Amino acid sequence: MTVGVLALQGDVREHGAVLAALGQAVRMVRNPDDLGGLAGLVLPGGESTTLSMLLESSGLFDPLDEAFRRGLPVFGTCAGMILLAGEVLGGRVDQRVFGAIDLTIRRNGYGRQVASFECDLEVDALGGDPVPAVFIRAPVVERAGADVEVLATLPPSSNGTRRGRPQPVICRQGNVLVASFHPELTDDRRLHELFVAMTEVERG
Amino acid sequence: MADPVIPSRSAGNDRPTGTFTVKRGLAEMLRGGVIMDVVDAEQAKVAEDAGAVAVMALERVPADIRRDGGVARMSDPALIEGIKAAVTVPVMAKARIGHFAEAQVLAALGVDYIDESEVLTPADEAHHIDKWVYEVPFVCGATNLGEALRRISEGAAMIRSKGEAGTGNIVEAVRHLRAILGDIRRVGQADSAELFGWAKDLAAPVGLVQEIATTGRLPVPLFCAGGIATPADASLVMQLGAEAVFVGSGIFKSGNPSQMARAIVEATAHFTDADLVAKVSTGLGAAMAGQEIGTIGVHLAERGW
Repeated sequence: MTVGVLALQGDVREHGAVLAALGQAVRMVRNPDDLGGLAGLVLPGGESTTLSMLLESSGLFDPLDEAFRRGLPVFGTCAGMILLAGEVLGGRVDQRVFGAIDLTIRRNGYGRQVASFECDLEVDALGGDPVPAVFIRAPVVERAGADVEVLATLPPSSNGTRRGRPQPVICRQGNVLVASFHPELTDDRRLHELFVAMTEVERG
Repeated sequence: MADPVIPSRSAGNDRPTGTFTVKRGLAEMLRGGVIMDVVDAEQAKVAEDAGAVAVMALERVPADIRRDGGVARMSDPALIEGIKAAVTVPVMAKARIGHFAEAQVLAALGVDYIDESEVLTPADEAHHIDKWVYEVPFVCGATNLGEALRRISEGAAMIRSKGEAGTGNIVEAVRHLRAILGDIRRVGQADSAELFGWAKDLAAPVGLVQEIATTGRLPVPLFCAGGIATPADASLVMQLGAEAVFVGSGIFKSGNPSQMARAIVEATAHFTDADLVAKVSTGLGAAMAGQEIGTIGVHLAERGW
C-alpha cells in the first residue's frame, strides 16, 4: 500500500521525504490515474487558490471529493487545510473546497509574511515534548464544528503579538487530519506518524 | 543554515517572526508555481485569476525598461498598495541592488518578499543589501553558484536565475541554471580538502560550500527568471532543475495575457507531461516578440557583484 502526496504545487518534496522516512511507499499524485490503491493522501502547503484551480483542470477534484466522502484518510497542512475545510473566508469567491472537515477558515488570518512565526505547541495527543510549529501566512480556524476534535490550540502570545481566545491549529474529524502550520518543515515527524497510523487502521 | 541573531529572536519572545525558517518557508510554498510581473492592480487580478502563486510589483515590465531606458526604480507605493488590496496571493516588489532605503520602504509597505533586482538600475556598484536585518524575506538573482552563495550569505532566502529579462529569450536563463546546478553536482563529487579550493574559486563562504556538498542542493529554493515566454520555456527550465518560475514581460507582452498566463501555470505544474504542454501551447496567439542576445544593448545580468 502506498501513501500519495498531491504534487501539483507547493512543498511536496518535504512531505514525501517524511513519509519515506517513516517507511511508506510514496506516490506523487498529479492526475486521476495516480489515485488507484492509495491508503491515504497528503495535501501539502502551497497557494490554495492555485491548487484549487489545478485540482479542477487536472480532473482530480471530483474523484478526490468522492474518495474523501468514502473515507480515504487525508492530511492537509496550511493550504491543504484550507482545501479540506467547509467554508473559507478571505479567499476568492470561485475557490472550490472539499468540505471534508467542518471548519470555517480565514485565509492569511495571522497576517502577511512579516507576521509569519515559529512557536512550540503542547499537543497532548502526541505526548512528550512540545511540537515545533512553523506558521507561514497561515490560515486561522474561526469556527470548528461539534464533530471536530481539536488536538492543539495556539494560546494568546505572551508578548502580545496575538490576542484573543486560543485558536485550533491541529484538528481531526474522522479520517481527516489538518494543521494550520507546516510539520513537514521541521524534523518532528509525530503528526505524520499519527496520519500513517490513521491509514493503517484503514488498511486493517 | 543557522539563524543569525536578529531582534525578533531576543530572549522572552515565544513567537519569533522573521526567522530564516519562515523566510525560506514561504519560498518553499511557492515551488511548482508561477510568479508573475505586474505593474498595477488590474494586471495583478489577471495574474491571480490565471493561477499565479504570487505577483511581483514593478514600475515597468523589463521589456519596457529595455525599450525606454532611463533609471528604473522601485514602484510607486500607491501602486503596491493597490496590488496588495487586489489579490490574496503574496505580493513581491523590486528594490534596486544596494538600495537599502527602497527595501526599507517596501518592508514598511508590508510586501511579502523583496526582489533585490538587476532589472532595476543598481544603486550601489560594490555592495548588495544586508538582508539579515529585515524581517521580510529577499530573493536575489544569480548567474553562477558563487554569486548565488554570496547572496545567500547576505541573507537571501530564495535564489533565481537572472536570465536576460525583457528579451523573451530563454538562452541566458538556461546558461545560469546549468552553471549553478552543474557546479552543485561537481561540488558534490569533491573531497573535503577540495571544498576549500571550491570556496576560494567561487568567492563564497566555505560553510555554504560544505553544506551543498552534503545536501546536493542550495540551502534555499532555486527558481528561474529572465526570458520565459512560452509554456515550453517553463517546462524546459523546470526539467533542468528550477523549482518555480518568474515570468515578466512574457505574459503582458504576449497577444493574449490571460490565456498565456494560464498556459504557463499548467505547463509549470505538469512540466514532465509533454502531451499537456502541447495542449496548453495550442492556439495561444503570439508570444512576446523576442530578441537575440547579441543584438541587445544593456546586459542586465552583468549587474550585481
